[in-house]
Amino acid sequence: MNPINYIYLSAVLFSIGAFGVLFRRNAIVVFMCIELMLNAANLAFVAFARINGTLDGQVVAFFVMVVAAAEVVIGLAIIMSIFSVRRSASIDDVNLLRS
Amino acid sequence: MTGILASGTATVSAGETFAFWLLGGLCVLGALGMLFSRKAVHSALWIATTMVSLAVLYLVNAAPFLSMVQIIVYTGAVMMLFLFVLMLVGVDASDSLVETIKGQRLAAVVAGITFGVLLVAGVGGLVVNQVVGLQTPTEAAGGNVQAIARLIFGRYVLAFEVTSALLITAALGAMVYTHRERLVRKPTQRMLSEARFRSDSVPRTPLPSPGVYANHNAVDTPALLPDGSPLLDSVPVPFQVEGAARTFRTADGRAVTATFSADDADGEGTA
Repeated sequence: MNPINYIYLSAVLFSIGAFGVLFRRNAIVVFMCIELMLNAANLAFVAFARINGTLDGQVVAFFVMVVAAAEVVIGLAIIMSIFSVRRSASIDDVNLLRS
Repeated sequence: MTGILASGTATVSAGETFAFWLLGGLCVLGALGMLFSRKAVHSALWIATTMVSLAVLYLVNAAPFLSMVQIIVYTGAVMMLFLFVLMLVGVDASDSLVETIKGQRLAAVVAGITFGVLLVAGVGGLVVNQVVGLQTPTEAAGGNVQAIARLIFGRYVLAFEVTSALLITAALGAMVYTHRERLVRKPTQRMLSEARFRSDSVPRTPLPSPGVYANHNAVDTPALLPDGSPLLDSVPVPFQVEGAARTFRTADGRAVTATFSADDADGEGTA
């Protein structure tokens, strides 16, 4: 098996995540799809680190995880504050800016 | 640990091939399960499967530190946060089937498949002639964690410092977003007490306790009023099940039946 298969797996997972962001209407599930895309990118980083023989890819994946954790905290806080006003977690209900 | 350090070599063993297909399949299965679960909680469990499988794949790829961080941060912290918010928002919150934009679902399917095909085709253009493997840098530093530490606190120390600022900002931001300004003053105990005594619906005294008899002392046995009929209010509210009947024998040998009706407190008792 060629290690490039890891990159293929990463591409498949990323596509599923991107498709989910477009497809699902529940804001929390959309967030999970974004997490899946970040995870797929991390897998690519780790696999490339091994292919190229440097650990920089692993360090970048580590930073991605930190940023993902911060992003989840803020995103879920936004979802909670929207939910407390609108009583809904559907992204279709957030249309206050629409004329 | 030597087994872990031995992985991530330039060659791919048969065991790794097997692990890749097993865990890769689990990853894709979890991702698809997340995508097509109607309930958000099921989606969360599916994606937890994907994340754990990815952690093992990191282990196979000579990244034991990232593997542990993946399990602790993602399946531990992030998924807990997701489930926590899901419980607050409502577990049974599922997707609406109404299309806000006409044909958006079809367009999403087309866009998703096209994107995936393009991405795989683009990766297919890559040529990996030889895999270097991580043995040299890992062994030079004395281990994976040590090697990553050298990089984080060496070449990437500025990014690491900025990360700490990001985390503090995120924590503050979460507090700001979820903070709600109080519109009215918080009622004190005195105000609550006065309100209770002014209202007609709330009892001013403690409720009577359930009955205690020679043969029955369960909390769902009502006490007796002076006229011998059961006092249904003396039974705690959770036990006032509609239609539930409770028969007990008093000290003078009478059999008393208490039945709770729909508007709980007004059930009837027969002596």
